Amino acid sequence: MKKRRFSGESGLSVLSSGVAVIAGLVVGLIILLITDASQAFPAFRSILTFGLQSSRNFGEVLFFATPIILTGLSVGFAYKTGLFNIGASGQFTFGAYVAIYIGVEATFLPPAIRIIASLLGAMLAGALWAAIPGLLKAYRNVHEVISCIMTNWIGIFLVNWLILNTIFDAMRNSTRHVPVDANMPGWGLGAFFQGDALRPSSVNSGIIVAIVAAILVYIILEKTKFGYELKACGFNQNAAKYAGINEKRNIIFSMMISGALAGLAGALHFLSGAGITMNVANVLAPQGFTGISVALLGLNNPIGIIFAGILIAYLHLGGFQMQLFGFVPEIIEIVIAVIIYFCAFVLLIKLFFANRAKRAPLPDPPVSAGPPPGEGMDPPPDER
Amino acid sequence: MDTISFVMQQTFFFMIPLLLVALGGMFSERVGIVNIALEGKMLMGAFTSIFFINQVQNSDLAISGQPLLVLALLVAAGTGVIVALFHAYASINLNANQIISGVAINMFAPAFAIYAARIFGDTQQVFFQNQFHIPSVPFFGSIPILGPLFFQNTYFTTYLGFAILFFSTFVLYKTKFGLRLRACGEHPQAADSVGINVYRVRYAGVLISGALAGMGGLIFIVPTAVAFNATVSGYGFLALAVLIFGAWKPMRILFAAFFFGLLQAIAAGHSGIPFLRDLGIPMQFYSMVPFVATLVVLAFTSSKSAAPKAVGQPYDKGVR
Repeated sequence: MKKRRFSGESGLSVLSSGVAVIAGLVVGLIILLITDASQAFPAFRSILTFGLQSSRNFGEVLFFATPIILTGLSVGFAYKTGLFNIGASGQFTFGAYVAIYIGVEATFLPPAIRIIASLLGAMLAGALWAAIPGLLKAYRNVHEVISCIMTNWIGIFLVNWLILNTIFDAMRNSTRHVPVDANMPGWGLGAFFQGDALRPSSVNSGIIVAIVAAILVYIILEKTKFGYELKACGFNQNAAKYAGINEKRNIIFSMMISGALAGLAGALHFLSGAGITMNVANVLAPQGFTGISVALLGLNNPIGIIFAGILIAYLHLGGFQMQLFGFVPEIIEIVIAVIIYFCAFVLLIKLFFANRAKRAPLPDPPVSAGPPPGEGMDPPPDER
Repeated sequence: MDTISFVMQQTFFFMIPLLLVALGGMFSERVGIVNIALEGKMLMGAFTSIFFINQVQNSDLAISGQPLLVLALLVAAGTGVIVALFHAYASINLNANQIISGVAINMFAPAFAIYAARIFGDTQQVFFQNQFHIPSVPFFGSIPILGPLFFQNTYFTTYLGFAILFFSTFVLYKTKFGLRLRACGEHPQAADSVGINVYRVRYAGVLISGALAGMGGLIFIVPTAVAFNATVSGYGFLALAVLIFGAWKPMRILFAAFFFGLLQAIAAGHSGIPFLRDLGIPMQFYSMVPFVATLVVLAFTSSKSAAPKAVGQPYDKGVR
């Protein structure tokens, strides 16, 4: 009985995320139609199908999904422990810088060791950068949203200065290239996803790392005492404290793990072997903010986040094709923003059904017992 | 003296938008609605109003100078209100998570600005001619000392900003409406029990915040740029920090906005200030200063939070 209700609820979660995605796509289609009705449907079809048109395209989807699955995990992990990590962008940037620095400069290490050092260094950098909002929240009661916003901007300026003084390539106004052998190995994935054109895609072992990270996060949160304590702090800080949990320490640990995941995202993005370097520009890394979308769409569930990351990457890749039809690729950003806007209601829709489900098994069920979860998608009740 | 008045004039360019947007945030949070969407509202306000200026300047219409700026301000405020409606509907009617709805608006705004600029123009940037600069205010500009500090190299929006500040203070503390605003953010159930329509008051707060944030966007772009390029450089977020540093109170917000404006002015103009130029500190560190200062200030002032009690909580009539 209990088990069934649980599966019903998670089924409902997926369904409500689906509603948000459909709403976003409908808005996208409307915008396309308003802009240029003659090209709207071919363009929309491209958004929906491009990622699956060849195995190479799907390889590219996985390549783009790698960093945002990890930033999504970063945001989702923090959210589960009651923190809103809007600072994944800064942690991503710091992790990326350290990973590139080790990749470029630590030539005394054999390549395989250097890659591992890059990844660990990136995680450490992200964790330390995230520890600042964590410490401020735990000991000085500073809301993490504000301190994360500040550390994002401080991070970008600091990293720009570090790049200019260490691994700067003046010709391209960016970091130097990481040597090929210090990039993430392909493990044959690129060749596996090469499509009919026989051009290997950019996907590499990073996606495996991201999926393993998601599974680890799931295990930590759901199967360990440590994860239970972190979540308890998220549910009710005072109750956790009363139960003997060191809530200050846990807030800091939560932020640091979250930051490590974002830092790892930075490393995997720039060590992908696709020749991406980090530009010196006063622009926040978009992956951190995409991570918020991924986490919300994946309902902060590590496994859900894998699929949400792939979905968002899929939409983005379809969005790149918009120029072929005379549209701007930002349409996809609008679509994703609308999806997120509807995600704000998803929690509400879920709550609505959860409340009804809770009410239903009472000895004398009230007449207003709602439809079984998942059957109807009524709009949320307007309590006015 | 020249250096001081130069810094002061620059400070106003940064301070006034921060002041207006933070006041906007204040109206929203004082009624209990978290407003992380200030950046998005600023950006949308800046976009539509700069686009409006661009269109008028490229047309045969005989509007220019200060009247055009006034019209553009109205456009910006209107846009902010429209964007705020989405935030208000989600957070007041649907009890949605206010931070998520704000994040969505912040994501939507730059994407929409780029999209619309490319559709209606050819480039992502929207250019405008700055016909609004006032080299010296008649009469006041010639006052010794005070003239160069407050009435030269300026825009009328500077004085508008102060007017809105005083008006906001009056509304918040001296009117029935202001009392209701504050009550709905502190204890909406209590407000409801004496017959106040919490939903309506909350709408009013969020829409005012949209109008002020939209205007703030335009006021930020006009003195500091030659074109709008789908960004307001994180000023909406900085305004959020000003709001918190200002403890949700108008006069303290003025002080906080001045502090941040000054730091920004120094960061932006340090090469023009002889004393700082000689120090040779890298540019990036000047850029960091306002953000580091925010963190330090918050670390020392947050332990007893002055936030409205009900901020961020959807209003539930049934809760006692």
